[in-house]
Amino acid sequence: MTRLEVRDVTVRFGGVTAVNEATIAADAGHVTALIGPNGAGKTTLFNVITGLQKPTAGRVFLDGHDITHTPTHRRARHGIARTFQRLEAFGSLTVEENIRVAADAIRSKNAKPAQVTRELIRRIGLERYAGVRADAVPTGVARLVELARALAIDPALLLLDEPSSGLSQAETAAFGELLRDLAAQGRAVLIVEHDMPLIMRVSDRIHVLDRGVLIASGTPGEVQADPAVRKAYLGEDEPPSDPNPTMAMPAVVEMDEETFVATYAGTHAAPPTRVAEPAAETETETESEPEPESEAESEAVPESEEPPPSPDGAGPRSGGWF
Amino acid sequence: MNIFLTYTVLGFVIGASYAIAASGLVLTYATTRIFNVAHGATAMFMAFVYWELAYNQGLSDWLSVLLVVFVIAPLFGALLERWVIRRVADAGVGVTLVVTCAVLVGLIGAAEKIWPPGVHSVTMFFAGHGVRIGKVHVSGNDLLTIGLAVAAGAVLFAFLTFTRTGVAMRAAVDDKELLALHGGRPHLMAALAWAMGSALAALAGILLVSARPSDLNYISLTLLVVNSYAAAMAGRLTSLPRTFIGALVLGLLNAYASGYLWTGTAWTGFREAIPAIFLLLMLLLMPQAPLRVGRLSGVAGVRTPEPRRIAIASAALVLAVVIGNAVLSTVNVNRMALGLCFAILALSLVPLTGFSGYVSLAQFSFFGVGALTVAKTHSSAPTALLLGALLAAVAGILVALPSLRLQGLYLALSTIAFAQIMDSMVFQNPSLGGFGGSLRTKRLDLFGYRFTSDKAYALLAAAVFCVIGILVIGLRKGRYGRILIALRDSPAACATLGLNPRLARVAVFAGSAAIAGLGGGLYAGLQNQVGSTNFQFFNSLPLLLIVVCAGVTSVSGALLGGMLLMALNSYPSTQAYLFLILAIAAVGLGKQPNGIMGWLFDLRDHPVAGRLGFGSAGLARSIAASAAGAGTGSGTRSVGKSPVAVGDNAEAEA
Ligand SMILES: Nc1ncnc2c1ncn2[C@@H]1O[C@H](COP(=O)(O)OP(=O)(O)OP(=O)(O)O)[C@@H](O)[C@H]1O
Ligand SMILES: [Mg+2]
Repeated sequence: MTRLEVRDVTVRFGGVTAVNEATIAADAGHVTALIGPNGAGKTTLFNVITGLQKPTAGRVFLDGHDITHTPTHRRARHGIARTFQRLEAFGSLTVEENIRVAADAIRSKNAKPAQVTRELIRRIGLERYAGVRADAVPTGVARLVELARALAIDPALLLLDEPSSGLSQAETAAFGELLRDLAAQGRAVLIVEHDMPLIMRVSDRIHVLDRGVLIASGTPGEVQADPAVRKAYLGEDEPPSDPNPTMAMPAVVEMDEETFVATYAGTHAAPPTRVAEPAAETETETESEPEPESEAESEAVPESEEPPPSPDGAGPRSGGWF
Repeated sequence: MNIFLTYTVLGFVIGASYAIAASGLVLTYATTRIFNVAHGATAMFMAFVYWELAYNQGLSDWLSVLLVVFVIAPLFGALLERWVIRRVADAGVGVTLVVTCAVLVGLIGAAEKIWPPGVHSVTMFFAGHGVRIGKVHVSGNDLLTIGLAVAAGAVLFAFLTFTRTGVAMRAAVDDKELLALHGGRPHLMAALAWAMGSALAALAGILLVSARPSDLNYISLTLLVVNSYAAAMAGRLTSLPRTFIGALVLGLLNAYASGYLWTGTAWTGFREAIPAIFLLLMLLLMPQAPLRVGRLSGVAGVRTPEPRRIAIASAALVLAVVIGNAVLSTVNVNRMALGLCFAILALSLVPLTGFSGYVSLAQFSFFGVGALTVAKTHSSAPTALLLGALLAAVAGILVALPSLRLQGLYLALSTIAFAQIMDSMVFQNPSLGGFGGSLRTKRLDLFGYRFTSDKAYALLAAAVFCVIGILVIGLRKGRYGRILIALRDSPAACATLGLNPRLARVAVFAGSAAIAGLGGGLYAGLQNQVGSTNFQFFNSLPLLLIVVCAGVTSVSGALLGGMLLMALNSYPSTQAYLFLILAIAAVGLGKQPNGIMGWLFDLRDHPVAGRLGFGSAGLARSIAASAAGAGTGSGTRSVGKSPVAVGDNAEAEA
């Protein structure tokens, strides 16, 4: 079932056309990815979907209803939630309060915001940070806070803008599972990511934007084989030797993972994947880490030093409230 | 026709001086993005310096003008930028407004010290000379004003458009690093802009006093230049040509209003409100700014105290008042009660400014609504107090509703406009006492007990303060308080969670106004009489300054702020010290947004000082520890390391 439909949306900033007649859709129960090089217009499209940016032209539909002119907060009540690429956690509130604000926002629907908050903290693995101010946690954790906050309003459509940057490899793997779980609950998940292996693994469908124009849509396999996509990402005209569009998806992922990652690292400012780091090492650091207070003291903790948020290192756990 | 021409010329003259003042404001804002609330006060102060040189020291008029406009004022502006503005340049709108507010209050204080109230009259330039246009006589002074405005506008425009320095100055605001990279010197540009801005303020001030010699007065001149805010807003604080057009339109409106609106009393108020209404209109016509996205920065926040500490602190305050009642003289007991009424007023800023980050300069208007309600109802029933709070809440909603789209500075300016309109159209209304008049009030009668003695009244005010303080802390701890802070941190994220930012803003304005109104009602009862001058817009400036410096994020900061405001009013001899403390605290706001209380809380958390019991709550904590039997230890709370301390209301009196 099509939950979200963005139809022929154009956004112009003065002379710059950030999005040019783009049409994308996201289905309930599926993970849909939106990819494209820097400046392709992905974040702008998210802003249009959430109502933070008025489109110059085009319409947005949620479950078949035209919401193009609905204010942002009403769209949220209709089930749209998002995270932000440039963090928008509530810096003066603790991690727990951040989530609680959202849980309270739909108090009429669920009677126990305190319980919802607790469950989410446990599920996303934020126990260690619950009492820490959100402007004092590392970037990767702040992204998880935004994710938990978005989940607290129990969204039918979840928009994630580069949620995995700042996560370690182990965390990213767990994060991928979480995405699949969320979709399995019937939510529509629309994700913007530069981490191609992750995208190829978790998405059911991928839209590719390039300079505001939708250049391809399809399954991961189709998209990877698409010449236009290859051109946008690799700057070459013909597909590399022996692409096999009929190949089963996991195989495709295996085959093309490196190409995509390498390409990405070449053309984009921030590499999506962290330098590989033994999970065990991270674990040790978790143990030796003192109190969260001291952590907050050092202002910028490099992400790679960040312990996995969940105490058992397994990352987000499924089940629980959801 | 003649009358029309006369008023048109008058309009041009008024407009010309507004234009000069407003262009200075625009210049500093466009270059440094700091809105100088003290612009009018600079004009006033420099006009006094001119008077000193020309009439006291006996220099020639022209030499004095040249000295003030080209030497003293620019020097003042540049030094102000260097020592004060630069330190807070990157802090938020709230801090920069408060700091320039501090400059304003300081300049007025200094002027009153240096030139004690008396007759400071100035004669017109070219007195006795003039030209005739048709049958209308235009004085030489008027011609000079218009001529200088045109010249100043032309020179400024050419400077900013055609010279390297001027272009660099405009670039400074957009990207300091980029400018520095290209060999520009952003700091120099900022200092230059402030120097020129203050020179223009000085010129406007001198022209204004020479046109109307009765105007060499601390406050009226400072406020006259408030009119130039309106003109500057017509140019959206950045465009000089539009500012000049705005100034001209405003000048003409003023002139025609005084010529053609019949002089009934109601219309007098309306006429005086024209600049404020104009300002409000300009603000409402601003295009909507999109919600800013992309910032993860908390504001130094408040850590709320536990219930037990609140109880102890409340008991300590009541105890302190009891002791004060026993040892203080009658007049000082009255002042203590006054300080507590002001503390309630200060408390109204805690949810509004401390939690939500909205800067309001209309708090004394809400205070006045509460006070006048008590006065007009001639009632001693508590319902009069409550009615006052209710009406103040309505006023709060009236402020919030039209300005829903406005953020930061523009919202603050809209509260200034509202307060000015309230001043001239409501408080000075003859049925409410009129200008300089007053109304008698009755004291509260609660369940048959009448609070006739000041001692009883001080206890009443302390009790009310505690109750509201507890409510404010409860607010902060609860759902609604979290929403307010979330809205301040990221309105965009709040909207995506389904929170309606407008509703929350209207509600917090209403609640804050209600607290101020309640304080005003208590104040009215305490004073036995109230008059319009008690609630002038102008009073809200030192209020904001003092409360923010004392600590607008905590209840104890509000108590300290109320007491300081009372001291400023009641003990003129201490003013100099108070100003010094406030000036230091104001400049320190860039580092410690929680003000003086923030420094004290930090001191308490300091390993050594804290153990010695320094810091405001050190005493309360040791009491708490012994009272509870078990020491609460130094680590009672385990909130992560926030850069800030605590907002609790533990205080050892104030
Ligand atoms: N508020 C704005 N004003 C002007 N231009 C904008 C604005 N927001 C985005 N743009 C421009 O629109 C284009 C698309 O930006 P957008 O942030 O949507 O890209 P993106 O695909 O999210 O890129 P990235 O991968 O870097 O996050 C860019 O060229 C950007 O400069
Ligand atoms: Mg983006």
